[in-house]
Formats: sequence, structure tokens, C-alpha cells
Amino acid sequence: MSGQPPLLELVELVRHFPVRNAFGRRTGWIRAVDGVSLAVYPGETIGLVGESGCGKSTLGKTVMGIHAPTAGDIRFAGREIGRLPPRQRRAIARDLQYVYQDPGASLDPRWKVLHSLHEPLKIHTRLSHAEREQQVRAILAAVGLPDAHLDHYPHELSGGQQRRVGLARILTLRPRMVILDEPTSGLDVSVQASVLKLVRALQETFALTYVFISHDLAVVRAMCARIAVMYLGKLVEVGDTALVFEAPRHPYTRSLLAAVPRIGGRRVTLDFALEGEPPNPRDVPSGCRFRTRCPLVQDRCAAEEPPLREVDGRRVACHFA
Amino acid sequence: MTELLSVRGLRVDFVTDGGVAQVLDGINLDVGPGEVVGLVGESGCGKTTLARAILGILPAGAARVRGGEVRFRGADLLRQDPAVVNARVRGKAITFIPQDPSTSFSPLFPVQTQIMDLMKWKSPRAGDGGASWPLWRYPRGRYRADREAVLETLRAVQIPEPARALRRLPHEFSGGQRQRLMIAMALLPQPDLIIADEPTTALDVTIQAQILRLLRELVKARGVSVLFTTHDLGTAHEICDRVVVMYAGQEMEAAPTDAFFARPAHPYTRRLLASVPRSDGEIRDIPGDVPSLVAPPPGCRFHPRCDHATPECQARPALRALAPDHGVRCHHPVDGPVGAGA
Repeated sequence: MSGQPPLLELVELVRHFPVRNAFGRRTGWIRAVDGVSLAVYPGETIGLVGESGCGKSTLGKTVMGIHAPTAGDIRFAGREIGRLPPRQRRAIARDLQYVYQDPGASLDPRWKVLHSLHEPLKIHTRLSHAEREQQVRAILAAVGLPDAHLDHYPHELSGGQQRRVGLARILTLRPRMVILDEPTSGLDVSVQASVLKLVRALQETFALTYVFISHDLAVVRAMCARIAVMYLGKLVEVGDTALVFEAPRHPYTRSLLAAVPRIGGRRVTLDFALEGEPPNPRDVPSGCRFRTRCPLVQDRCAAEEPPLREVDGRRVACHFA
Repeated sequence: MTELLSVRGLRVDFVTDGGVAQVLDGINLDVGPGEVVGLVGESGCGKTTLARAILGILPAGAARVRGGEVRFRGADLLRQDPAVVNARVRGKAITFIPQDPSTSFSPLFPVQTQIMDLMKWKSPRAGDGGASWPLWRYPRGRYRADREAVLETLRAVQIPEPARALRRLPHEFSGGQRQRLMIAMALLPQPDLIIADEPTTALDVTIQAQILRLLRELVKARGVSVLFTTHDLGTAHEICDRVVVMYAGQEMEAAPTDAFFARPAHPYTRRLLASVPRSDGEIRDIPGDVPSLVAPPPGCRFHPRCDHATPECQARPALRALAPDHGVRCHHPVDGPVGAGA
């Protein structure tokens, strides 16, 4: 894995959103993504975890080109794509696809599944109708839906089936990399299990690279070989999933892992200690962003922002890791 | 143990465009005094309908109660005078914590107005009829006592600076704080039973852990029973004394939490537990789909997806007690710890 050049490389990627008052004057910045460097290698599944508002979806959307980066580089297959003119950027869209959190809402309610599946091929390829039809049916079989579903409208499908259609829709273009934004949130465990199985099978069939955005640590642990933990726009810990889950080094990762209920074990709420809620991303604390909730906090944390440094086989942003 | 709430053979139908859906099919459920009972099941299995049936807030046009009873402190709520239920039970002896606290507050009024409106009618110091005539009257003395109680409860749910917090609008609170306010509002009428409908689904794990801990501490200290519906098995494990699992409108198994997770006997419970993602990365799903409630399979509704199904399963199995407090409704209960095959 490490011998190959990364398929996607983020270098100090920044995305800020202006905050405006009622008169349209800028009163501050939301620092949603604030200097993230990350490499994703071909064929791997990397998990991006963090609580809501930590910037994980913004990061995914900035990579996709939905938001323009404020600063920093996005390199896809060795090429900088963050500042390409729209026409050239669009050519990349075939290789780099994004699966939305709620595929039911991203399917047109007035289009039959057939129509939704044809659309990306119409836009990005010059295939004839018959060729498109053939490809659509092949993909539909790959995601485990019967042909009869082609004539259904989105509201006639269950949540799990809608997600399958969402996956089929991006796979018709044969992308190289897929960003999955909370692919199983809102699903029941048994449906979630079948969607995850499918996601994994598709990776093998189509040689995909996944960025798996999720707040569900149990799912990330089952699906991803590597994990990146985000807090308020910054990465705090990046490393092999097994290693990070076994012995988390950043205090935030530790609290996050401690908060996950473990069936059959001791109740985690009995000794869960993390107080408070994440601060507003409009005014992030100086120095280390986690210091307002951190159990290990010292004076140095307010003065100096800890860089991501190599500790014990993974990268951690903490002075005391 | 004398039960606080006991639901027996409850059947509820919904009239839909596609026909009559049998959403609850002879449900039995018990909640003892001071007990936290988890009601677990996948979406569409009828947990919310059951919660609403107990509260008596089923949608009047669509839902029909076909049979069964909901006994609360010995009296059948379904057959009592609705006015009496409204004055003495709903919102007073039984309160509710909703799934989504952001839509349960009016965005236009400060939190204080909304909590005091609740107290005006449902405060334990109000008589059985709620507010007295004229309706806009809120006796001074009772207002002061109620306000003190509100401040004290807000302190108990760890809202910082409660007096200032009361003057704020709902959007000025974070999701976790709003859920704390909801818990406070559920505790204020000093109920015997709180029905909590997936109260932590919308929250992050660290906030969820804080809220679950708080809720459990508060209800245990006050001796309040809780019926906690959730689709998240981990959450159920965290907070419940006893767990009841539902599938497609039928209850499948009821057991104390430890036994439920360690030695589940119903094939559905076992498959449900097996579908939780595991640390070794193995993922197991349940083949097949949840049946339509308009034309459900006869007998045990899980039998079309069950590995152990026999022709016998066409008839609804009777309740079988495996241990005191551990009952299963299955013709072929499985013995042995979880993981030894479903």
C-alpha cells in the first residue's frame, strides 16, 4: 500500500465560511476545515470520524469540488484539482464520486429509478441508449436490486433500497474513488449490515478507493483499515484502525472511544468523564482546540498549537501523547 | 411484583391507502415501579405506535384500537373517561420525552414561557383539573413554588445558570442542552412513568453518553419508571434494566438486560444482535425483508426469514418462560450463549 503513490492527497487544506450579519457585513469566519493534510492510497478504505460540526462533511464536499478550497491543495492522481476551471474540473467528476447522506433526498422524486441511473451516463459519456441500458442493468444487478425496480419511483423503495440505488447511480460511471458520507446513518442494524456488506463487495468488484465519513465508530472499525479523527476542523489522530482502537493516544480519541456503548461489557456511562460540548467553530480556542474539554490540559496547550507528529506508529496532534 | 403499567393483547390497526395495516398484533408489555424498560426494534416495528397508544395520542382518524387493554395503576386507560385521563394521567402521571427536541419547542417563545405553561396545567401542585377558572389565572403562590421547582430541576439536569437560561429562545441551546430541557420538563410533573421515544438518536456519542448517564441517575434517584424505545442495541444496554424486543408489531422476547444480551433465545433477537458490526470486521445481515403489515404472514411474523421455522410457526406461539422474568414467544427457542450460531 505504502509503495504506491497516493490517489488523493490533501495538503494543508482550508475551507472557511464567512459569517454575515443582517446587513451582509462579514462578522467572522466559521473555520470548518482548518489545515488538513491527508493521503489516501489506491484500494484502501479510510474512515473519517468526528462529532457533528467537526467539518468532516465539509472536507468531503471540498474534495468533491462542491465547495472551493480557501487555501491548500487537493491532488487527485498526482494532479492539483482544487483550482481547475469548471470545464476541466467536470472531467474529474467521473473518477471521483460522492454518495450523499440521504440518497432518498438526492433522487428526483418524479423520476423513475431507470431515469436516475441513465442521467450520469448521459452527462459524462457518449454511449448510445442501448449501451447505457446494458450498463444500467449490469450495475443494478451488482447492487442486488431486481430489474423490476427500474420502473419504481424513489418513494416506493425502502431506505436500504434507496441507498442501493444511490450507490448504483454513482457506479454507472466506474469511478476510481468514492466518498461515502454517512452511508448508513438512519438505517436499522440489520439493514445497515446488508448495506455495509454491499459496499465492501462493490469495492472488490470495481476496485474502488473509499473515504468513509461516519460518526459511528463501530461501523468504521468494521469497515476501515485506517482512521482519521477530526475535531473542530483539524485532524487529531490518524493511524491504523486496529492500533488507534487498541490504544488511542489523543485524549479526544480516548473520550470518543470511551463513549461508545459496548454490548456485554460494563456500562460505559458509569465512568464516562468528558464534560461539556464542542465549542462554536466561529471562535475556536487558541492553541489546541480540544483544551477546553481536555482532562490533561496545561498552560502550554493554550499557547502552542500541537502539530500532527509521529507517535507510536500513528500521527497525533497533542503535546502530551 | 405488582406492575405499574401492563399492556395485554393490544391490537392497533391503521387505515392506509393500501389497506388496513395491523401495526400492533397482540402486544404484551410490563413495566414495574422504578424500572427502566427498553423497547427495542427496527423502524416500522410499532414501538412508537405502542408508546403513543399508552399515552392515548394515536392519530384519531387513522388508528383503530381493536382490542386489548393498557392497565396503568390498575385502571384500563383505554376504557376510562378521556377527560379524566387527560386531567390526571397524560402529562402528569405519564410524561413523554420526544426524539427530536428541536421540533418540540415553539421557536417563537422563550423557554420560560413554555415550561411555565406546562407547569400551569401539569404541576404536581395543581389540582386534578389543572388550572382553575378563569383559565388565564395562575395563582401567585403556586407560580412562585412552581418556578422554584423549575430552577431546581434545571440545576439537576445540569443547565448552567438556570435563571438566565430560562429567558433564552430554544435555538440558543445546543441539541444536547435542548434534550436536557426536555428531560427536565418530563420530570417536573413528578410522574410515575416517563415514555422516552429514542431520546438520544439525534445526538453525538459523547453527548449521548452524558445524557444517558444523567437520565438514569435522575430516574433512579426519584424512583420513576421509564419505557425507553430505541433501535440502538448499545443504548439499550447502557440504560435499561429489562429489554423487550419487537418485530413487525409482535413482541418476541423480554428479558433482564444481562440475560437479553448474553443468552438471547429468540432466533430474531439472535440475528439482530449478530448484525451489530463487530470489531473483527465481520458483518452478518438478516436475509429477506420486513413483511408488509397490511398482509402480514400468519402466526409468528418472523417465520418467513427464520432458519428454525417449521409449519408449526403458522400459529402464534404462546409465551414461554425460560427463567423468571425471561419470556420468549417462539416454538423453537434457541439455547446457548450468543455467537454460537443463530
